[in-house]
Amino acid sequence: MIVAILTLLGLALFFGLLLGYAAIHFKVKGNPIVDKLDAALPQTQCGQCTFPGCRPYAEAIERGEAEINQCPPGGETTIQELADIMGVETIPLNDDHGEHSDTPEVAVIIEDQCIGCTLCIQACPVDAIMGAAKQMHTVIADECTGCELCLPPCPVDCIVMLPIKQNIERWNNPLPLALENIPVVVETAPKVVQGE
Amino acid sequence: MSSQQYIMHGGVHVAGHKALSTDKAMSTLALPERLMIPTRQHRGIGGKLLVAEGDYVYKGQPLTEQRATGSYLVHASTSGTIEKVGRFLVPHRSGYSCIGVSIKVDGKEDWGNYRLAPMKDFVTIDNALLLDRINDAGVVGLGGAVFPTAVKIGSGAKQGALKTLIINAAECEPYITCDDVLMRTEADQIVTGIQVMLKMLSPEQCLIGIEDNKPEAIAALKEAVAKLDHRTIKVIVIPTIYPSGDAKQLTKILTGVEIAKGKRSYELGILCHNVATAHSLYKAVVLGEPLLSRLVTVTGAGVKEPQNFDVLLGTPFTHLVQAAGGYTNKAERLLMGGLMMGYPMHTDEIPVVKATNCVLVLPESDLAYSSDMAMPCTRCGKCVEVCPPKLLPQQLYWHSRANDLERVQKHNLADCIECGCCSYVCPSNIDLVSYFTHAKGALREERQKQEKIDQARERFEFRDFRIQRDKEERDAKRAEHKAALQKKKAAMAAKKAQEGENSVSATDSKQDAIKAALARVQAKKKAQQEQTSDSSKTESKQD
Ligand code: SF4
Ligand code: SF4
Ligand code: SF4
Repeated sequence: MIVAILTLLGLALFFGLLLGYAAIHFKVKGNPIVDKLDAALPQTQCGQCTFPGCRPYAEAIERGEAEINQCPPGGETTIQELADIMGVETIPLNDDHGEHSDTPEVAVIIEDQCIGCTLCIQACPVDAIMGAAKQMHTVIADECTGCELCLPPCPVDCIVMLPIKQNIERWNNPLPLALENIPVVVETAPKVVQGE
Repeated sequence: MSSQQYIMHGGVHVAGHKALSTDKAMSTLALPERLMIPTRQHRGIGGKLLVAEGDYVYKGQPLTEQRATGSYLVHASTSGTIEKVGRFLVPHRSGYSCIGVSIKVDGKEDWGNYRLAPMKDFVTIDNALLLDRINDAGVVGLGGAVFPTAVKIGSGAKQGALKTLIINAAECEPYITCDDVLMRTEADQIVTGIQVMLKMLSPEQCLIGIEDNKPEAIAALKEAVAKLDHRTIKVIVIPTIYPSGDAKQLTKILTGVEIAKGKRSYELGILCHNVATAHSLYKAVVLGEPLLSRLVTVTGAGVKEPQNFDVLLGTPFTHLVQAAGGYTNKAERLLMGGLMMGYPMHTDEIPVVKATNCVLVLPESDLAYSSDMAMPCTRCGKCVEVCPPKLLPQQLYWHSRANDLERVQKHNLADCIECGCCSYVCPSNIDLVSYFTHAKGALREERQKQEKIDQARERFEFRDFRIQRDKEERDAKRAEHKAALQKKKAAMAAKKAQEGENSVSATDSKQDAIKAALARVQAKKKAQQEQTSDSSKTESKQD
């Protein structure tokens, strides 16, 4: 019993020290500009910018190796912020990388089709999928960034992207109806062609 | 202590329409056929459901269990069978549904053994036990904020040295009279509830603030307080002006203290509770009854017989309206809450919850804010004059409209108490307060989004670290393994060598002889070689 406790304690201590050491040793060396750029990125970690995550993209921008218009999840607002930080002109989103969408989505595993292969778990950049081999997997919706990286590896295509559900907690009081926020559509009548 | 009064900034005089519902005595409602009880009726998250479809529940039986902090109990308001567990419409502006249960009422009002032990001599009972009791009874602030009372009292007690306990009996909202009726009929019980708070908080003074439009309630309270001969409790009559019943405004009026931005009132030694909350404390502690019912005013020109009811939580609005004689032909709008701060409801198929103080049915023309199309702001400044926390609603309006969240924060949007005074006075019919609730929501969304982004960054970095760590652990293990293997090999070799030595020692001399012979031969060879190479050298020289 005591041996077991001591062993566990020893293990805990060892991993604690390891973690502490790693936290210092592997800490990404602070670079204020990279930090700023990284803070402006949406942290979807989707890789559409062709870099393996937002921070690597930030580093590439800082080194001048990437344009500021490669992040589709961020869209125009992110480009604007990146341009401000880098002191350059804004440019439109490069649609080679993808399209910007305003509706946030999360991945949902159709649970009775999941075969428990763990491939999606390995693909998730933020460890938002829970499950063990041959057990059904689940996406932790609160932690999913909507990057879609788990879709391609799934051998049975049982992961779908769904828009985040509106509910009481998320709902916001709408703006009152007033002239300025009623969308106006101006339709011009077709030109009346005078008879000959 | 002086009972000097201070003047709150701004505010508006609105026709009270209180006589509509006050002249009738409080009525207890016949049991409805079924109750709908949502699991979340307070600030925070809903508790974990403890019951399933088909279960029999007793009156007072907890329906939920507390998850970690932030969730509080709801109870079965009467006995019956759980008919459905699922989503129900709730009184919320959004019109979205919420998890809850429906109970088919059996009419027995059977408590089983779910009544909590009465604590009549609460003065001798430990504060921690009292706090647990208030928590177990699911008591929340009944003034509208539905903040858990145990948490509020707990944080007040932790702060130590409370100066002033304020009991909010102002009831400044037009149309609502449930607190008035409660004070008139149950003043003694309210005062006992206040004593529970005094026992737990031991403040220097306790001020009951009440507007001068409720003479009967004032008399009843004064009488109940006089009976006690408790010098710390004082009933203070204040002028009628909306929104004197807002906790911050009442604090200002009674003590002169303005609660600075970002401060909690208890940090300044002040705590404010509603009268109805004091009453439910009495029930929870002295009678051992959880919060199962509350007083609700059903009123407005849209109902035939406006009055106050003692209503079981979960009773459908339809049942209430029926008991009040049904709708009149003026019933055009349904609001939960008063005229100024009430929310429009999408349907009457919703239950009374802990926050329901009033069911208000009105014709369009009686609404506080005209629904005519808003006109441009003329910068008349009327909204600035009435704003109790001294904000600049006009500026806030421009910035909210432009969705400039930075500027609205600079203009102290967080201090807006959403009283609606600005909307009420605006000659251009601008529904200012709706812009502000929207902007507050947008700020909250922004905050949540940022939190999620930060969380994603952290998790991404941790994953990187985890992968690195796993690799290093694997490498370390591999290295260890290799080292162990090598050690084993070395050990084996050493063993072999030793074994060899043992056998060798016997033939030592022989070996030595051979070695010596070998050495000799080698020396000879070397000498010969040197000779030949020397001769070759000389030869080459000669050439
Ligand atoms: S494209 Fe994806 S990985 Fe790249 S910066 Fe944008 S969110 Fe991050
Ligand atoms: S009351 Fe209305 S019109 Fe007057 S300044 Fe305020 S918002 Fe503008
Ligand atoms: S700005 Fe807010 S606090 Fe001021 S009057 Fe309008 S609603 Fe009330």
